[in-house]
Amino acid sequence: MTDFIKIENLVFDYIKNEDGHTIRAIDDVSFTVERGSFTAVIGQNGSGKSTLAKNINGLLMPTSGKIYVDGLDTSDEANIWDIRQKVAMVFQNPDNQIVSSIVEDDVAFGPENLGIDPTEIRTRVDEALVGVEMYEHRKKAPHLLSGGQKQRIAIAGAVAMEPECIVFDEPTAMLDPKGRKEVLEVIRKLNAKGITVLLITHFMEEAAQADKIAVMDDGVLKMVGTPDEIFLRAEELKALSLGVPPAVDLSMKLRERGIEVPEGILDIDEMVEYLCR
Amino acid sequence: MAIRDITLGQYYPGSSWIHKLDPRVKIMATILYIVALFVVDDFIGFAIAAAGLASVIIISKVPLSYILRGLKPVFLIISFTLIINMFMIKGEVLVSFWIFEITREGLRTAIFMAIRLILLIIGSSLLTLTTKPISLTDGIEALLSPFKKIGLPAHDLAMMMTIALRFIPTLMEETDKIMKAQQARGADFESGNLMSRAKALIPILVPLFISAFRIAHDLAMAMEARCYGCDIKRTRMNGMKFAGRDVAASILYVLFLAAIILQRVLM
Repeated sequence: MTDFIKIENLVFDYIKNEDGHTIRAIDDVSFTVERGSFTAVIGQNGSGKSTLAKNINGLLMPTSGKIYVDGLDTSDEANIWDIRQKVAMVFQNPDNQIVSSIVEDDVAFGPENLGIDPTEIRTRVDEALVGVEMYEHRKKAPHLLSGGQKQRIAIAGAVAMEPECIVFDEPTAMLDPKGRKEVLEVIRKLNAKGITVLLITHFMEEAAQADKIAVMDDGVLKMVGTPDEIFLRAEELKALSLGVPPAVDLSMKLRERGIEVPEGILDIDEMVEYLCR
Repeated sequence: MAIRDITLGQYYPGSSWIHKLDPRVKIMATILYIVALFVVDDFIGFAIAAAGLASVIIISKVPLSYILRGLKPVFLIISFTLIINMFMIKGEVLVSFWIFEITREGLRTAIFMAIRLILLIIGSSLLTLTTKPISLTDGIEALLSPFKKIGLPAHDLAMMMTIALRFIPTLMEETDKIMKAQQARGADFESGNLMSRAKALIPILVPLFISAFRIAHDLAMAMEARCYGCDIKRTRMNGMKFAGRDVAASILYVLFLAAIILQRVLM
């Protein structure tokens, strides 16, 4: 697989107040996201993971370092709209990213901005809404829907732009467990269709479903690896107050007691299946 | 709180003939109707105007009770106008008590003013009741676009209106949340006189403004992420089309206006 997003020595400073005092949100981070992959970035609040997400599609500009999206440099003004079309974004608060008071009009907002032909927009909107299972709600007002439904509309809005990659900035943080499950299912489905997914989260269970996990702490990239590799370093994760998913925790405890549990069991269902065999 | 009951400016979903009309036609019709209400100056004229409005209401299939609910918040203004006009206009005295006098001219002006206001509010709320907010702003944008030449940002104005309409329920929820949070900590919004109640609103407004700015910031990011403001000319999924029914409606409407003007000239 080829690299779709390449982050090289990214540094980002926030200006705290008028006298120019700065806070370093991201400190010398380098990593890559492969085309078609599902990558999770996990970290505590204030670890810089959301700032990282906003740097990727040029909503924020690096203080130093470079980000390349499909070979395009984000710090070059001329590339910015191409990059935003390639990398769509879904944000944390479902209420604050829906522009229109009718579901289908909101999904059409992105393609309309891109100057797509109206009949083509219609097809894209319908397909995107079917994809997130919100087609029957297309004429409704977003404020009458649940958080999970609103978030799926926001995802449909991103999908309708036909991006190659979608960055999810803590999309489930404000949802109830049911909404979280729905949204995560949609994310996995999109990834299966070939869309590169970058999921920013602070839920280890969600990160466990990715191909690759990047752990951030205090603006620094602490670990990168497959979920199996990352969860082997449970002690280090605990030191970053991140903990491992319950199933991984259980298998470690079982191993301590001398019960053979293979590595790679990441969720409760797999664990149940293994133990009952 | 009664803020949730306000029907003024809300859309009533439907698929009537009126709902389907081109928003440009409806906006122009509403503006002309308001002008016509100020041309009219006797009962027959008002009767024609009211009959026109009534037929539109019937065709639109919006329940009358729903429309009348929209009058509630402006009831105070109507009664105030009624009373002021009734007592302040000099003329032939009908009734007098203490320092007040009700004159024939005063009564006439007061009643006409009240009818005018009621028709005006119903007429304009019918526009928003039968037009999707998004088509309404599209219509306004289209009607304002000739002024783009003199530098009027028609599109930005329309987008601002769309967003304002979209965020009314969000901000209401936010207000509700803030009020509940403060009531939970012992704030009292329901007792006391008008002054103390107004003062109690300040601690609501400050956090409400802060959260409105936060929402605006988030939304701006989300819009930029979806390529709003890029150099490509925007397209619309549901473009406006001036259809046969719009021509028919326009002709009928011109006849209606002609009737009002004729009546005024002849009387």
